[in-house]
Amino acid sequence: MSNKKGVKLQSVSKIYEDPKTKKPFYAVKDISLDIQPGAFVTLLGPSGCGKTTTLRMIAGFESPDSGEIYLGGEAINALTPNKRDTAMVFQSYALFPHYNVFDNVAYGLKLRKMTKDEIHRKVMDILELVEMTGMESRMTNQLSGGQQQRVALARALVVEPSVLLFDEPLSNLDAKLRVTMRTEIRRIQQTLGITAVYVTHDQSEAMSLSDQIIIMYKGEIAQMGTPREIYYQPSDEFVADFIGEANFINGRIKEIKGDNCLMEIAGHTLTLPSPKKHPVGSSCRMVARPEAVLIGKEGVLPCRVTLSCFMGAYHFYHVMLEDTLIKITDYCPVNKHTFQAGDEAWLHFEDNCVHIL
Amino acid sequence: MQRTQRAKLERRKFFSDPLMVGVILILVIFLMLFILYPLAMLMTDSVYAPDSYSVYQVSQSPEEIKALFADEGKDVQVLSVDRKTVLQLEDITGLTLTHEMGKTASTTYMADILKVELPGTTVAVKNDEGLLSLQSFPHIFRDYTFRRAFTNTVGLGMITGVGAMLVGLLFAYVDCYVKTRSRVMKKMFDIVSLLPVVSPPFVLSLSMILLFGKAGLVTRKLLGIYDSDVYGLSGIAIVQIMTFFPVCYLMLKGLLKNIDPSMEEASRDMGASRWKVFTTVTLPLMLPGLGNAFLVTFIESVADFANPMLIGGSYDTLATTIYLRITGGSYDTQGAAAMAIVLLSMTVFLFIVQKYYLESKTTATLTGKASRPRMPITERSVTLPLTTLCALASAFVILMYVAIPFGSLFKLWGRDYSLSFKWYEQLIKADGLKAFKDSFILSFVASPITALLSMIIAYLVVKKRFFGKGFIEFVSILAMAVPGTVLGVGFIRGFANGVFRTGFLQELYGTGAILVIVFIVRSLPVGTRSGISALRQIHPSIEESAYDLGAGSGKVFTSVTLPLIKESFFSGLVTTFVRSITAISAIILLVTPRYLLITTRINEFAEKGSYGVACAYATILIAIVYSAILIMNLFIKYFGTSKQVREAQKDVQQKRREASERIENL
Ligand SMILES: Nc1ncnc2c1ncn2[C@@H]1O[C@H](COP(=O)(O)OP(=O)(O)OP(=O)(O)O)[C@@H](O)[C@H]1O
Ligand SMILES: [Mg+2]
Repeated sequence: MSNKKGVKLQSVSKIYEDPKTKKPFYAVKDISLDIQPGAFVTLLGPSGCGKTTTLRMIAGFESPDSGEIYLGGEAINALTPNKRDTAMVFQSYALFPHYNVFDNVAYGLKLRKMTKDEIHRKVMDILELVEMTGMESRMTNQLSGGQQQRVALARALVVEPSVLLFDEPLSNLDAKLRVTMRTEIRRIQQTLGITAVYVTHDQSEAMSLSDQIIIMYKGEIAQMGTPREIYYQPSDEFVADFIGEANFINGRIKEIKGDNCLMEIAGHTLTLPSPKKHPVGSSCRMVARPEAVLIGKEGVLPCRVTLSCFMGAYHFYHVMLEDTLIKITDYCPVNKHTFQAGDEAWLHFEDNCVHIL
Repeated sequence: MQRTQRAKLERRKFFSDPLMVGVILILVIFLMLFILYPLAMLMTDSVYAPDSYSVYQVSQSPEEIKALFADEGKDVQVLSVDRKTVLQLEDITGLTLTHEMGKTASTTYMADILKVELPGTTVAVKNDEGLLSLQSFPHIFRDYTFRRAFTNTVGLGMITGVGAMLVGLLFAYVDCYVKTRSRVMKKMFDIVSLLPVVSPPFVLSLSMILLFGKAGLVTRKLLGIYDSDVYGLSGIAIVQIMTFFPVCYLMLKGLLKNIDPSMEEASRDMGASRWKVFTTVTLPLMLPGLGNAFLVTFIESVADFANPMLIGGSYDTLATTIYLRITGGSYDTQGAAAMAIVLLSMTVFLFIVQKYYLESKTTATLTGKASRPRMPITERSVTLPLTTLCALASAFVILMYVAIPFGSLFKLWGRDYSLSFKWYEQLIKADGLKAFKDSFILSFVASPITALLSMIIAYLVVKKRFFGKGFIEFVSILAMAVPGTVLGVGFIRGFANGVFRTGFLQELYGTGAILVIVFIVRSLPVGTRSGISALRQIHPSIEESAYDLGAGSGKVFTSVTLPLIKESFFSGLVTTFVRSITAISAIILLVTPRYLLITTRINEFAEKGSYGVACAYATILIAIVYSAILIMNLFIKYFGTSKQVREAQKDVQQKRREASERIENL
């Protein structure tokens, strides 16, 4: 598809009125982002953080209170949804119940004044892409959830929009189908090279699908980056806590030596990658993922095991480092020593896996 | 926080859709011109007279004045106001003024300023300038006819309101709580609640006269009563209760269904008797609902024109009094307008109380569906009296309806009960076919327009955001509270001399078009209501996705919205047809001899005492209405999509719930 375009939001804000207190509040506050053509970007965040609102502003259903939205360099603030080159896939699928599968998919094409043959060809092609061939004449209520989702996707794709917008498209499906469908969506998006903005609050979905993840919190962008960056270098405690499991450990920087620094934790000193923002002598907080904390009979930090639990793929520990609780997932536990609750043990960290906030 | 940008953007988006802007503009104009404007005209009429009289006291005697004016060739009219003589002159040149009495809007109100006795002769001069005064209100409140009509109307409303509510409650209670031999009872309930919908407004009055009047089949033939009098309060009240209780029944049934049986069972468990449960649990829960039912009926009763007209006898209500003022000899426009305003304020006030206060209270006390079905009451001490009462009431209603076709077939009601078609022949001879044709065509034209308009209004109100939306919703629903008679008078005042008496649109008056417009206005609220509730069921994302795929609002409406609320549209079509073809209150004031309407003809014949022909008309009318409803039901059964839509929606919700449960379980 030749017409892929990027999306740019420039300090976009949206104010809503609280229905109860009548007080205005920012549903989206001063968001700026730049989505490259062909990229798959996910908006991720807890419920009510403004993901849907952002998406609906891009689609044109809501008008921003301030800021500009650009589609492929063109300002589209004043365009109505039907004039915007975007197509949305809704959480509830929003299929037209009075049309069959074919007519649902053909709806957008008919509005574009194409010949019957052309419409037929395009619809068939897209149905093949979403693997729904042979179901053209079914009514939508005769389809399973996954099939309905495919039709909804086909209906959005067939009009060849510059940008595809997804609002939690998989949340009505069961867990297994979600995994299948998300790989499907990614496959189709990559086949067509179309720009996609995807809203979800399922982090594994975001991780597996995206080129870029945007973490939102209370209407603002908390962090923007690749899945790896978000996971290993979270910008703050909220992001670290929101994505995956995180241990927070307090420490004090003793010395900075080039790329490395000496950090004092619970009275012990260890070498870590240098922090960016903190000067020597200041205290700071570190994030360590449970699988990046290693437990053994020797290490740098002494601790006491308070919980020990075999989980199959890994062994799960709670340990106390002074008065900080640390969770550890010890993968491939077969060949390793198993600690019991009450045991003394030693901790150290996987290289490059501890991030100083 | 800045909001100007959003407002600006929304405005630009709004104006980029000329179709919608145009439609909204047309709607606003329509509502203003045909609902608000006539009512506003009534309001001004009641306080403003376009010309006025100045009244003076002069020292000359009447004879002197007459002689003087005869010399100059000027006209002198002698009026008698309150047993005092007043000379109406063209001017007062040459007369000696002794006192200026003041100005008055019309000769009717002149008495008010003639209270003081002064020497000399009273003369009145007509001015061209208008007079703004509240004279008309104290005047009508002093008017005995009006005061009696007012108390009559309120009294009748009370009786009918309470009666219909009680009968409705009885039926609803039996339907929801009592174990009955269900098939027969169910059928009977259905029939009883359908009959008043299909029947023209005055059919029950007609059969009341036939069965219980002087020559009544029941009163004279069966009971041998020769001086039975159905005309008056008791007659109207019975007829109105029978007409309006099915509405109460349906309303209360909806409420009773929503009461959670466990509340009553808890009370039973603690040892309360059935009666105790009813009075301490069920009734308090129902109270706002009962109030609601009462008010709805009260408004209907107060606005009713046809029944009091036919069977009221000397029991005049506001609606009939206004009608008589307008059509009768004493053409007191200002008085009639003021009365219409009184009636209008009453219904509108109660309507607003009902709609915005009671309705929300009703739903607030009874939220959520009953968790499981209720164990029906089986004790014979309860079921027997209740079902008997219901059966008697139903039998009575059915008897009343059966009387009509027989009335049209008997040779001479009261004397000769042999069958003949002579009334039908007479009907055809007396231009009956033209009446059917006119009524049919006018209603037929009004139906699709109303159905479409109401669906458009519902769509705009539910799915769109724009300036003036509140206005459109409020006015189109408010029209429900305007009594037909008031609307009729408003149309006369508003259009007889053109809009604002300028002659603009004057051609409209007296045509079929204005009748069609009245039909539309009368049915619009019903259609809009049903459209709104149908559309609220449809998830906004369905229309949004069409919009998003590139459809403009017109296309979204025709290709998605309308097909999804097809049922509501079609029922709006039929409802309008039925309401129009059976309408009388507003129409009777506006119809001209060019058009013969079934309802006005029935009224004429019944007034004349030609009950046979009236019954023949009514029978055919009921048949037409009933077939229209049959067609509607058939259509909905075979072509309706709404059920499918509702299922699809339920499906989605169900799946979502399941999915989220599954996630929680993980
Ligand atoms: N039409 C509206 N009027 C008033 N407030 C609204 C409206 N729509 C959304 N909001 C509020 O704006 C905030 C952001 O809503 P939004 O729908 O964007 O959240 P979300 O991130 O999509 O959440 P979820 O994950 O639950 O879908 C919420 O607090 C919500 O209550
Ligand atoms: Mg959302």
